[in-house]
Amino acid sequence: MPSATLLGQSVVSGLLTGGLYALLALGLSLSWGLLRLVNLSHFALAFLGAYLTYQLGTAFHLDPWLSVLAIVPFFFALGVGLHLVFARFRVTEFTSLLVTFGLTVILESVIQYFWTADFRRYETALSRASIRVGPLYVPTLELLACLTAAALALGTWAWLTFTYIGKALRAAAEDPEIAAVFGVNHRRQALLVSGVSAAYAGVAGGYIALISTLAPAQLWAWLGVVFAVVIIGGLANPIGALFAGFLIGVSESVTMAVVTPAWAPLVSFSVLIALLVFRPGRV
Amino acid sequence: MTAAASGRERRGGDPALCVLAVVAVALTALPFIGLPAFYESFIYLAFHWIALATSWSVLSGYAGYFSFGHGAFFGAGMYTTSTLTAAFGLPFLATLPIAALVAALLAAGIGAVVFRVKRLRGELFGLLTLAITFVLATIVLNTPIDGGPGVYLSNVPIPKLVPSPNGTIYLLGLVLAVATLATARIVSRSRFGLGLFAISDDEDVAEVKGVPTFRYKLLAFALSAAVAGAAGGTQAIYVGYVTVGETFAVTVPLYVVLMSILGGARHWLGPAAGAVVITASLYAFTSGERAIVGRAIVAFALVVVILLLPQGVVPTLLGWWRSRGTRHRAASEARAVSPDAITVADTDEVTLGVTIDGRPNSGDATSPVLDCRQVWKSFGGIQALRGVDLAIERGAIVGLVGPNGSGKTTLINVISGHYRADRGEVALGPTPLTTRAAHEIAHLGVARTYQVPRPFARLSVVDNVALAATFGATPCSLAEARNEASQWLEFTGLQQRARALPGELNLHERKFLELARVLAARPRVILLDEVLSGLNPAEIGSAIRLIQKIREAGASILFVEHVIRAVVELSDRVTVLNEGQVIASGSPREAMRDPRVMQVYLGTSHVA
Repeated sequence: MPSATLLGQSVVSGLLTGGLYALLALGLSLSWGLLRLVNLSHFALAFLGAYLTYQLGTAFHLDPWLSVLAIVPFFFALGVGLHLVFARFRVTEFTSLLVTFGLTVILESVIQYFWTADFRRYETALSRASIRVGPLYVPTLELLACLTAAALALGTWAWLTFTYIGKALRAAAEDPEIAAVFGVNHRRQALLVSGVSAAYAGVAGGYIALISTLAPAQLWAWLGVVFAVVIIGGLANPIGALFAGFLIGVSESVTMAVVTPAWAPLVSFSVLIALLVFRPGRV
Repeated sequence: MTAAASGRERRGGDPALCVLAVVAVALTALPFIGLPAFYESFIYLAFHWIALATSWSVLSGYAGYFSFGHGAFFGAGMYTTSTLTAAFGLPFLATLPIAALVAALLAAGIGAVVFRVKRLRGELFGLLTLAITFVLATIVLNTPIDGGPGVYLSNVPIPKLVPSPNGTIYLLGLVLAVATLATARIVSRSRFGLGLFAISDDEDVAEVKGVPTFRYKLLAFALSAAVAGAAGGTQAIYVGYVTVGETFAVTVPLYVVLMSILGGARHWLGPAAGAVVITASLYAFTSGERAIVGRAIVAFALVVVILLLPQGVVPTLLGWWRSRGTRHRAASEARAVSPDAITVADTDEVTLGVTIDGRPNSGDATSPVLDCRQVWKSFGGIQALRGVDLAIERGAIVGLVGPNGSGKTTLINVISGHYRADRGEVALGPTPLTTRAAHEIAHLGVARTYQVPRPFARLSVVDNVALAATFGATPCSLAEARNEASQWLEFTGLQQRARALPGELNLHERKFLELARVLAARPRVILLDEVLSGLNPAEIGSAIRLIQKIREAGASILFVEHVIRAVVELSDRVTVLNEGQVIASGSPREAMRDPRVMQVYLGTSHVA
């Protein structure tokens, strides 16, 4: 049995990793819940963002925060463009899974073509910085990612709950025809959601570049875990996604500490499978 | 090859299977004519992908449940063979059936859990199977099955069927591919296959029409996985070195989905055509950077095909070819038979040559055929049915009326087994129905129509009816069912539209297709859910005559309707529902004059 400090440390690092899961899950949850599109290419977009941050930082010595600022509008436009294509071809919830699967492989190939399959590490001044709280270490970058996730989750929740657009979006997701009768212009709002979702992927990508070691095929490693987070959190429920991220992150890192690191992936998938089987109505 | 040959014997000459057998024999000769090993290896890969893609389509193409977990079954087969040969020294050929069995059991286990989930939607099934692939990979990686370094199979002896070991692997691939294709062909033209196609169009309706959906999905899943397992076992020997990273990569699900969709996943030959095209084009990009480009092109093709040709290449080409041949024939037919000729009035001249309920009545003549006692059903807080009693005597037409939301359709859904009653009993003669699955209730002789017609959109009109016949109360072969179907199409005046798809019919024709499907099941009890709504007065008249004829043929009918004129004209007895309770029951005129009924329909002031 590991010591209390080790257990405490693994809970802290689980919470922080969970924040990153939630950051990736946010955009996915929005497009699935509000647009009824299962966007696998969200992961590829995040990795594209990560590699762009890496490139801007290493080749042009651009500050990573500035890189993210530059990437966000670019990704917003990308998301809008993507949705224009989906809307043009009337992509359904199910075919979206196939189309974005193909898109993910294309983007993965593009990344591998430019940056090769080698592992890459983006070192910055903050890379090794951490804050010490009693006996526990809190890495600064991961804490920032976690805070960003919490801020975005809260902001998105407020946006969906209190603004006209948010309410209209939720109404249109419930019943597009009735919402249209009440004057909701779903087409334009859908473009907005798709743009926001892609912009979130860009932000998540920036943090992935700063925190983890990059390789194109790594994007598949996030897929199962983040989908588990999205489904556990509830579609189009930002706060739910945040807490589901914490739940999965902590249970994974405690498994790593108590059992062995290699079995950690099994935790999230088992939770996902159990949830899909026993609570299918949630999605 | 053996499967192809036996398939041909059984079916007494399916031309496609004969062609397949001839091609297979010709390809068997290839290792003996001394081609360079390169060709054997290339063609083996094509066979490998044909087997994988075709097997995937049996569940995912025919029944419409897209699996992203084909890699899991492929990997299960691969590791079964590598473990049994490398660690236990079993002969390679003996491991292949075991690999198939392990994969099939894995699929059956997964299916037994997930297919029990009502309303498991397609994209959830897809994600679930993808997650299972990762789970399996983690388990294999962390247990002695692999443990990390991979398994070497270079020392495993390959049986010498032909002079070269490559030739042996080639032959195994050939046998597997041909057997899979023959199976796919046979399944796609069988009763089982028709059931699977119906499941992909509308699973609820398929179940109510008598298709044992759970068993069929499980069987299709296990069959599909078994082939993937055998293909995995063969591939293990072909590559000689098995690793978790390669085995459970997204390559297998990606390529299998793409090949099937490109070729056409609902056609038995579609996935094979896709497999050949993709394998050949991938061969052009084998090394280093070109491999990346190749993968991107394959993925791009997937995107384009799904957006532009959702049906797949083979069905699109076949459709184009057939329409070319039939266009001018169809034009001349259209001149001969004007659309006006297809009216229900025709049914007056048609006599019903068959009886619907041919069985002797069990019990005495006065006991009801269908008996509902104190049926309760709620949805969340809404009590839809509150202790409904209803009986239908043999040969009677019982009208069921009531305002919208009074529980009429819910009652039909409970009787037909779509919903299970919370309390109370439904019995068909002496047989209780309450705990039975919908398809069993259909087999016992209950058939229903849908208020909004729900035909199987991608089955022809005649196949829609044939499905109801072959899975109905008197099960019969598909050939007999098609014969019977055309009889019922004639009875309902739809014989001219037999080859059309339901989407090409107008509302009136679709309503009559619903009736034909019900009649073809030869039920003892027919539940008609607002068959007259949306029809014009002339059409209502002919529909009423049709229903009278159906009763004369021996069926007992529960007739849910808003057109009171029809209810009074047709019904022997009328039951009135309001807010889930029976408020009146008796002869049509009696029931409709009941003060409570008048209050419900007309308001209090009219009750004098």
